[in-house]
Amino acid sequence: MGSRRKWIQLAVLAALIIVLPFFFPSSYYYRVGALIFVNALAVVGMVILIGYAGQISLGHAGFAGIGAYACALAPEYLGLHPGLALILGAVTSGVLALLIGRPILRLKGYYLGVATLGFGILVSMVLTNERALTGGPDGMSVADPGLRGMLRDLGWRLSVGELWYGVSAIALLIGAWVALNLFDSPTGRAMRALHGSEVAASTVGVDVARQKLRAFVISALYASVSGSLLALQNGFITPDVAGFMHSIEMVTMAVLGGVGSVLGGTLGAAILTTLPQVLTIFAEYEQLVLGAVMILVMIFLPQGLLPSIARRFRGRDE
Amino acid sequence: MDALLQFIFSGMTVGAVYALVALGFTIIYNASDVVNFAQGEFVMLGGMITVFTYMAGVPLPLAAVLAIVATAAVGVALNKLAIEPARGAPVVSLIIITIGASILIRGAAQLIFDKQLHRFPAFSGDAPLRVMGATILPQSLWVIGGAILVFVGLWLFFTRTLTGKAVLATANNRVAAQLVGINTNWVMTLSFGLSAAIGAFAGVLVTPITLVSYDIGVGLALKGFAGAMLGGMGNPKGALVGGLLLGLLEAMTAGYLSSQYKDAVAFIVILAVLFVMPHGLFGSKSVERV
Repeated sequence: MGSRRKWIQLAVLAALIIVLPFFFPSSYYYRVGALIFVNALAVVGMVILIGYAGQISLGHAGFAGIGAYACALAPEYLGLHPGLALILGAVTSGVLALLIGRPILRLKGYYLGVATLGFGILVSMVLTNERALTGGPDGMSVADPGLRGMLRDLGWRLSVGELWYGVSAIALLIGAWVALNLFDSPTGRAMRALHGSEVAASTVGVDVARQKLRAFVISALYASVSGSLLALQNGFITPDVAGFMHSIEMVTMAVLGGVGSVLGGTLGAAILTTLPQVLTIFAEYEQLVLGAVMILVMIFLPQGLLPSIARRFRGRDE
Repeated sequence: MDALLQFIFSGMTVGAVYALVALGFTIIYNASDVVNFAQGEFVMLGGMITVFTYMAGVPLPLAAVLAIVATAAVGVALNKLAIEPARGAPVVSLIIITIGASILIRGAAQLIFDKQLHRFPAFSGDAPLRVMGATILPQSLWVIGGAILVFVGLWLFFTRTLTGKAVLATANNRVAAQLVGINTNWVMTLSFGLSAAIGAFAGVLVTPITLVSYDIGVGLALKGFAGAMLGGMGNPKGALVGGLLLGLLEAMTAGYLSSQYKDAVAFIVILAVLFVMPHGLFGSKSVERV
């Protein structure tokens, strides 16, 4: 991917973000859009971990949980501004990922899967059980960061929906920009090399353990910030954000859209985020349809949606 | 001492169920290299179908047999419709397919049955038996006995019958098995059916104690998976030891430390074991197939 393709991808993403609101029939769609961008941010992290470095995680919702609860807890108990709490959450997630990543990433395939799954479950269990601190399964409210008021003072009147649509979109664009830059950097190349073959990568001098750890920590940061933004825009948070199903959602979104590609991951996030909204009319069938979609896409479009579609348009293999 | 014995009894009961779920994981993994996250759904189906056929007036033993056969059919269908068409897909895709299948089966069960908790009567009454100062439910003995029966039966199947040996051969080396004339597709179908039947059997045994509802599968699948990994994926002995160990650990934690964190300790131990022994307690060093 040359730098031209990088800018084309970013431009496509930015254009979609700007154009879409003109087609929104109601302000409710700003909320859905913001939710898509927040999920997509976590998914871009998964694209780096799974798509670049070829490692799997079934527990990244744990980091999202840390990010989310940092924004809920730090303002209440430490008096920290929610914006700083987001950074605190990211630092905590990063350090934790660094600490557990080293022993965990020696594992491969399913063993790595169960280890990360264990981590995610431990986080969600702590959040659920420490009622005195977190409110337990009922969740807790998150302080308003006061962004709207700040913008109003500057003469910018935004609705809540518009504000978070904008903030999440900017976060996603930055996240995508970083990921696309990483792709062609020496680090990104090293990650992709070890994805192809660890043995081959290490023979040409790639420090395999170090690169895996980097991918793990970076993706944890993405998940953490995504969790924080979710908490801030909802103003409320429950331990579900750290739950097993959320981890699975992240992986599924990444793989559904096309796991090697940032745009694909965003597409996957868009589909899986809107699907339940569309299906609320058939709430009974939601799980049935979701399960069927997951199976069918993996069987018929094993590369994910975007790469498969792109290939069809080009008419020939890349 | 009484308390310890009590915890051992409850740990053995839960552990036997985990061991059966872990065994289901192991059988499918051996035949196809797939970790089937829908394994917990088989347990749910076993319990649910028994409950609903029993409520429809079918005698309990017959209802149980029907449930096991129907679940085995679901297992075979899962293999034919979702796993075989995706042959050769990467691990991530297979994980998503089986998780998709588990969500699909859960969604279907919630539509066909309902969202309530159900049970049917225990096989030999609910009066607890007193053993050395502790008590044990007769149904717990059924669970533990049933698990032993399954493990002995499978051991005989794998070591004494030609079909069983064909399954083992496929697990060892698929291509070599094909070369000596083993129909490996059939082995895969058999493994999915067998594994689903074992899961359903566990569901039938444990429903009178733990009750059943459409969403019990996820938790069981995670524990069974953890148990299988603890013992070492792909090893039936590992599934037995891993499952039982997990059940005992949970019971001890719930009894002596905190019932809220009983699930946590299981995963902490698994992480610790994987750090020290990256292939589980009984896993071979050469699990990675290139």
